[in-house]
Amino acid sequence: MIEVKNLYKVFGKKTERVFPLLAEGLNKEEILDKTGNTVGVNDANFKVEDGEIFVIMGLSGSGKSTLLRCLNRLIEPTQGEILYDNVNLTDLNKKELREFRKDKFGMVFQHFALFPYRTVQENAEFGLEMQNIPAEERQQRAKKALERVGLSGYEDQMPDQLSGGMQQRVGLARALAVETDVLLMDEPFSALDPLIKKEMQDKLLELYEELDKTIIFITHDLDEALKLGDRIAIMKDGKIIQIGNHEEILKNAENDYVRDFVQDVNRSRVLTAEDIMIRPLAQLYPQDGFRTAIHKMKKAGISSIFAVERNRTLRGIVYLEDVVEVLKEDLEDDTKIEDLVKEVPTADPAENLDELLADIANLDIPLPVVDENNKLLGVIVKTNVLANLAGEDVI
Amino acid sequence: MAFVENILGILATRIPIGNWIQSLVDFLVINFSGLFNGFAEIIDNLISSFQAVLSYGHPFLLIVILGLIAWKLKGKGLALFVVLGLYLVWNIEMWDPLVVTLASIITSVVVALVIGIPTGILKAHNRAVHIITRPILDFMQTIPPFVYLIPALMFFGLGNVPGVIATVIFAIAPPIRLTYLGIKQVPEELKEAGIAFGSNWWEMLYKIELPGAMPSIMMGINQCIMLSLSMVVISAMIGAGGLGKPVLRSLSVVDIGLGFEAGLGVVIIAMILDRMFGSKN
Ligand SMILES: Nc1ncnc2c1ncn2[C@@H]1O[C@H](COP(=O)(O)OP(=O)(O)O)[C@@H](O)[C@H]1O
Ligand SMILES: [Mg+2]
Repeated sequence: MIEVKNLYKVFGKKTERVFPLLAEGLNKEEILDKTGNTVGVNDANFKVEDGEIFVIMGLSGSGKSTLLRCLNRLIEPTQGEILYDNVNLTDLNKKELREFRKDKFGMVFQHFALFPYRTVQENAEFGLEMQNIPAEERQQRAKKALERVGLSGYEDQMPDQLSGGMQQRVGLARALAVETDVLLMDEPFSALDPLIKKEMQDKLLELYEELDKTIIFITHDLDEALKLGDRIAIMKDGKIIQIGNHEEILKNAENDYVRDFVQDVNRSRVLTAEDIMIRPLAQLYPQDGFRTAIHKMKKAGISSIFAVERNRTLRGIVYLEDVVEVLKEDLEDDTKIEDLVKEVPTADPAENLDELLADIANLDIPLPVVDENNKLLGVIVKTNVLANLAGEDVI
Repeated sequence: MAFVENILGILATRIPIGNWIQSLVDFLVINFSGLFNGFAEIIDNLISSFQAVLSYGHPFLLIVILGLIAWKLKGKGLALFVVLGLYLVWNIEMWDPLVVTLASIITSVVVALVIGIPTGILKAHNRAVHIITRPILDFMQTIPPFVYLIPALMFFGLGNVPGVIATVIFAIAPPIRLTYLGIKQVPEELKEAGIAFGSNWWEMLYKIELPGAMPSIMMGINQCIMLSLSMVVISAMIGAGGLGKPVLRSLSVVDIGLGFEAGLGVVIIAMILDRMFGSKN
């Protein structure tokens, strides 16, 4: 778990004179006028749980990159604490910090930051070189990471021979190869075309499901934040002005700034199921038994779970109460979990909001969205449809 | 009025810059002769070693090797030019001075790079070094080389060594400047990537900064070679051997033929080095 407490970053000289002014409640602009110091991060407080995607969102210049770079001390915080599993990163000396960066953090950059004089393979190996991994293991792990991001066969190319999307895949592979618990991503997809961007988001979610990683993801795009984030923090002028899950962010847009953001979600086009669907919190695979089913549902805090094939073809839904029943009645040996799979209505990715509302009105479970091969793409939850409809009305 | 006259009197007093420099050089010669001698010996050894390597076997061996290098670097055309040009130099009996010149140039370039590239690296990382070296580099690049021939002569006596020293002073600025520039131009995000993945100072230098600066450093090396070449005749004025010597002698005895032949040698070696290492394609 990463915990940030009262974190400040003030750029410029004599930063100590800024703190009394902050205490007086002066804003970023007033402080810049008075002292010439820029307040990059102003009293940030948040926790990131293991295995979640935490999104930091805000307009350009709001301090997102600064905050992210404070976490691995690429930028030295002026004040405050960063606790990683109770180690205070601000206390580490240079050497300890370097070890910590190698072991704990992988990073992906907005403009990819690939080394132009290294091949794709050598780029992916970079972090492992820093870890002093022997050459053979290094090559294999980098190769595997490249395979994961779909770049097998491109090992010997130079970065400038690849498209932007593929370059960022290399950036991702470089960060995956080091096998750290945390991935820091600073607007990794902002520089990409919309379609490529969507593809990369899907790829990231796929990897997130496969690997056990904590991701701190920065974006200025609410769509992206909603698609990826378990929880979202919104920043303005260096301050975190709201933290919450999707529903909370969308429902109680706490001030004008957040409301503007929320309205900004691209509503010029007609929203479809594909746009507002979210990732299912958990899925039940064929090999999973009763106990796994209960564990997965409990962990995700849900009372039903979609059962899928290995290739994510939807089989149906399993209710928690049915599973509990089986275990309670000691019917484990006579029953198979397939017997508990119930049919569910499904939606097409192209369905629009009104149709979805009709579908979901009397449904207590999320509505699965499947493609023409019945493959589970995502799920629609009621609040999500409502929030989006509400958003349309505002305009 | 008397006051103004006083001021004018003071202003008109000649500032003895020349005397100061003279005293400084005298001081250095007297007190640091050990240091200079040691340095001179290193350089002398370098020149002799390169000369020995270049004179190994029949001249045609070197001609063929240089031809092959040219072929590898730039292709058949240049290889042919190298072989024919060098054969001509050998034929007009300018081969020995050419070897001396080549050895001096190689020594000068090696010394300039060994000092210049690390200095450039320091300059990029240390503000104090940057600020101190800037005016020195400006000075070294603009002052006519004739001016420091005399101190070089006083420190190191007559011969190839002061020639190499003068050449190094003349040619060292580009490798320093372009190493510095190359490192400064490495994008911030690449350095961040290095730090984020846990690199230390050395790893940052040789895995990120130097590879990133390499094109710029190569340019510095090219310019260093070209500038060294342009000192061939000038360094002959303080007793350096090689092709510069017959050129100078032909001037004093007005021997057009000799002057032309030696000059031809200089031109050929200049063209070969320029085509092989020059920055234009
Ligand atoms: N090295 C720096 N020196 C001074 N000010 C900086 C520096 N880096 C960022 N800032 C300022 O800090 C604020 C936050 O910047 P940044 O974190 O890059 O924002 P974002 O990533 O949200 O666009 C901006 O006002 C920016 O001008
Ligand atoms: Mg940024």
